[in-house]
Parts: sequence; structure tokens; C-alpha cells
Amino acid sequence: MSIRAILVITELTLREVLRRRLLWVLLGLSAVSVLFVGWVVTQLVAQARDSGMDEARVMLGVSQVLVIIAFMFSFVLAMSGAFLAAPAVASDVESGVALAMLARPISRADLVLGRWLGLSLVTGGYAVVSAALAIGVVALVSGYVPPDPVTAIACLVGQSIATLTLALALGTRLPSMSAGAIAVVAFGGAWLGGFLGSVAGLLRAQAIVPTLDIVRFLFPTDLLWRGVIHGLEPPIIQLLARGVDRGSYAYDPFVALTPVPTEAVLWSIAWIVLVLAGGVLAFRRREL
Amino acid sequence: MSDLVVRATGLRKLYGHRTALDSLDLAVAPGQVLGLLGPNGAGKTTAVKLLLGLARPTAGTGSVLGLPLGDRRARQRIGYLPELFRYPAWLTARELLRLHCRLADLPRGTWSDQIDQALGIVGLLGRAGDRVGDLSKGMQQRLGLGVALLGEPDLVILDEPTSALDPVGRDDVRAIIRALRGRGAAVILNSHLLGEVERVCDEVVIVHRGRAIASGSVRQLVGAPSLRVAVAGLADPVSVLRRFGPVTLEQDGLLIHPMELERTPEVVAAVIAAGGRLFAVEPVQRSLEDLFLQLVRTGVTEATEQFRLPVMTGPVGPPTDEPPS
Ligand SMILES: Nc1ncnc2c1ncn2[C@@H]1O[C@H](COP(=O)(O)OP(=O)(O)OP(=O)(O)O)[C@@H](O)[C@H]1O
Ligand SMILES: [Mg+2]
Repeated sequence: MSIRAILVITELTLREVLRRRLLWVLLGLSAVSVLFVGWVVTQLVAQARDSGMDEARVMLGVSQVLVIIAFMFSFVLAMSGAFLAAPAVASDVESGVALAMLARPISRADLVLGRWLGLSLVTGGYAVVSAALAIGVVALVSGYVPPDPVTAIACLVGQSIATLTLALALGTRLPSMSAGAIAVVAFGGAWLGGFLGSVAGLLRAQAIVPTLDIVRFLFPTDLLWRGVIHGLEPPIIQLLARGVDRGSYAYDPFVALTPVPTEAVLWSIAWIVLVLAGGVLAFRRREL
Repeated sequence: MSDLVVRATGLRKLYGHRTALDSLDLAVAPGQVLGLLGPNGAGKTTAVKLLLGLARPTAGTGSVLGLPLGDRRARQRIGYLPELFRYPAWLTARELLRLHCRLADLPRGTWSDQIDQALGIVGLLGRAGDRVGDLSKGMQQRLGLGVALLGEPDLVILDEPTSALDPVGRDDVRAIIRALRGRGAAVILNSHLLGEVERVCDEVVIVHRGRAIASGSVRQLVGAPSLRVAVAGLADPVSVLRRFGPVTLEQDGLLIHPMELERTPEVVAAVIAAGGRLFAVEPVQRSLEDLFLQLVRTGVTEATEQFRLPVMTGPVGPPTDEPPS
């Protein structure tokens, strides 16, 4: 492994993303979406206030809009991460581009890690910019400032890096299409596992909860998703939840009463490291 | 001997159960051009991948530039043109060369000189700003050659470097190889263009089914030339010609083999002096192609091969099942 070689590949990856204008397309789409959301929230808040709705409820409503936007955005991030990362190594090998590069004094690990770092920077940077823009615009037009936007954005970035890591690692052995598809399905599956876990709680079907927890554990994006929600929702949710209807709030898939446990954060990081290491090992055994 | 650029013994590579390379020995000295010849699937590309550390040998050992096979530091001083010369299409020619300067860890101050020099040698200075994907196939191969020449490597490995080139390009490649030899670099040239190999290689290894079936200098491989003479009017022509070399009787004349061709006028003079009439004097030189075809078609170890129809012995790969060890 050589830091120098990793950084050469990282820079190559960043330049490719910029040259292919992909980043600009994504940022442009985000800008359009954020403008649309800003307009909707403006209308929503104005009309709600006109009708005499009390401010706490309005803010609660806006926070739910933010959570839903974050939810959509996390899918967009997962998809783009997966489809950027799946071909990153796979298509270099399929096309033969990898041969000339690996004949230089760089190792296969350098190639994988350089690609990973470059794509993580792109996806992470895109996530930070777009999410901050959305939260900022909503705050501007409605006055709602989430309690912990930094944690929410960090968890969003963590989710996208986890998905792209899986796609990249699978792509060291599988064709890029399969690698991308598996990563997206894994992301969706983890979310579904979390959602079904909430429903099971609501319906008092406690027996299947452990099974669903295993799904969330195997692919930790849903653990991080809880952190996104928790960072975006107002503390009033906590108060409401302590009141009469605690049961239904505790199991609402769009409500998170507790912050992400430290163990979940550590596990997510360890998971990313393990999957990446697995990808490096798999690539080292690959015949070119 | 440690001053060899490449030494390898018993290189063997299996892909699954397929034997790509059975057992290959190689030795290349500085300033030497080694040609690896062989039919499709013989294992030429596999052999150079093992030398570059792009594949791990199943068995066998070797060293490149004094370092064990697969050592990353050796690759700092190797230039390589892969047989499928694919490069990121979105880079410009100059950017690609720059990327390789960085990957090869050349001193930053030398990059622009190295790049201009490489572009000049392969005749692409005028297209330096074009995207790789917009260059023609032959230009892309030239660019790949430029990549392989960056940083004045001590070993240059060219895997079929002229497969996409026009005749001028082929001639350029020969000149490039001679220049490399001139400055003491070792060159390994994979090819099945026998004329090309004949013209530039000091040493040839013919690979067939993953094994070297012949090796030596071109001269050693094709053997000494002969002279075919058709005479009449001599009672005992053999006794006249015998002093130039061993003579055999053929249906269309007499064959002196081996024969020093510089003495051909003496042969003519001797026949005339003895009162003979001369119908033909023809120098005969077996070409590398003759040898190659003969070796690949018939010289393939088992005697049964000789009874096969020629059409069946064309492009053949190594045996698919495990060879006896
Ligand atoms: N990555 C691989 N996976 C499986 N088999 C392979 C691989 N690379 C080469 N082979 C097999 O190894 C054998 C030797 O292939 P190689 O590419 O070395 O031949 P070659 O002499 O370079 O042929 P050509 O003249 O066609 O380029 C072939 O039978 C080929 O199918
Ligand atoms: Mg080949």
C-alpha cells in the first residue's frame, strides 16, 4: 500500500466525475428539488398560520416534511453511490484499462482504496451540500431549525458511503450491473427491515423483531437512518411521546425517540472497513 | 548471473484447470531484444503478465531487474504496452501520459520533457490535446507505446505492438526497438509477425502450448543457408562441388548445405572450369516462418501429431486437461 499511489487514483476518480459532468447534473437536480420544496413549505406554512393552527403543530408538520425529503434523498444517494461505485473497479477490469495502470508501481489495494476515497469524497460532498441546502432553505422559509442538523447530515453521509462501499467491493469480483443492483437492494432491504420492525412493534408482534434486527445489523444503513430522523425532529416529539400515546410514537417508522447508540455508529464504521477490506482481498485474487 | 534483466525458471500458470503456461524458462540481458513467438493461446501474454506481477505464477520462480517476480519496485523501471491497449477514453493523450508519469513516480521536474519526448517518438505531438477515445485505433496503440517509453525504462515489454499499425508505424516500432537496444534497455517483444521478429530480435523463444519448443538467435534457429545448383555436362558433379560443403542429390539439382554464400562465384567458376553447363544457382535460406510452421505443425512432441491433417493443427491452444506432472 502506498498513500501516494492511493491519492493519484483518488484524484483521477474525482477528475473523471467532474469531467463527465455527473456531479453537476446531480447538484443541478438537487437545486431544482430544493427550490420546489422551498416553495411548497412556504405555501404550507403561510396557509397553516392563516387558518390559526398553533405554531408547535406547524413546526411539527415542517419537521415531517424534512424527514420525508431526507428519506427520498437517502435513496437518491444510495442509488447514485451504488451506480458510481459498482463500475469503478469492475469496468476497469472488464475493459482492460486496469492492466496498464497495475503494471505501474501501484498495488491492487491502492487502486481499490483510491477509487473508494475518491467516490466517498464525491458522494459525501454531494450529500453535505444538498442536505445543508435543503435544511437551510426550509429554515429560511418556515423558521424551523432542526435540533441536530450536523448529526443528521453525518448519518446521511454514512448511509451513502456504506452503500457505495458495498457496491465497490462487490464490483471487484462481479460485473458492475450485478454489483450495483445488489447494493441498492441491500439498502432497500435494510430500510424495509427497519420499517417492518416498527410495524411489528406497533402490532405487538415482538417475536419477529429479532429477525428483522439481524437484517438491519447486516447492512447498517437503517441504523444510521434513525440518526437522520432524530437529528431533524423537534424535541416536542419527545414531549408528545411521553404523553398519552407513547406506544404509537415509539413504533412510528418516521419517528426516532433516541439518538443513534454509539455502538451502532461504531458498528457502521467497522462494517465499512470490513467490507472494503473484503473487496481489496477479493480483488487481489482476481485474474486480470 | 545477477546482471540479467529477466530470469525465470519453470514458470507455470493455471487458470482453473486450463494450463496457460506449462513450464517456461527465460533469460534476457541488458540491451537484448527477446522475441516471444507462438500461435494463438500459446501463453505469450500470460508469460509477460507473470513477469509484470499482473498474475501470480502457479509454480516457478524468477526475477526482474534484480527483484523477485511481482515486486512493485521493479515495475518502476518497466514500460509495458498491453496487447489490448485500453486507456481511459476521457483523458487527453497528454493527460494520460501525465497520469503514467505520476503512477510511475517519476521526478516531477522531468514530466513535461518525458511527455513531449514520448509524444514525439510515437508521432502524436500534434494530437496531444485530443481525447484518447477520439484517436484512431492505430493512434491509440502508438499512444500506448508512448506510455511504455516514459521514464526511460530498463525493460520494455511490448505485447504485439504493431497489431493496429500501418506499415509506416511498423517500421517506426522497429526503429524504436533498435533505439531502446542502443541505449542498453532490454526489450521483450510478443508477436506472431515472423518477419518483424526476424528483423529486430537478438534472441527468439518459440512458445507452443505453454512451453518453449525452440530458442536461440534467429541465425541459430533457421540454420545455415544452402546453395542449390543445377548443372549438366559433368561426369561427377559431386566431386566438383564437394569442396564447398556436403552435397546432397535432389530431384531438381544438387544441394550444398551448409554453404558460405560468399563463395557462390567460386562455385560458378569451378563448374565452368570443369566444363559443365550451369542452369541455375540459387541460394536457399530457410525462413523463421518455415521453421515456425514446421515446429508448430509437426514438431509437437508426440509422433501422432505428424499424422494429423494440417487443418487441424492450425491455431491450437494448450491442452485443456491437466498435463501429467
Ligand atoms: N484470465 C484468464 N482466464 C482464463 N484463461 C485464460 C486467461 N488468460 C489467458 N487464459 C488462457 O491461457 C491460454 C494462454 O493465453 P495467452 O493470452 O497467454 O496466449 P497468447 O500466446 O498471448 O495468445 P495470442 O497470440 O492469441 O495473444 C489460453 O488458452 C487462454 O484461454
Ligand atoms: Mg497474447
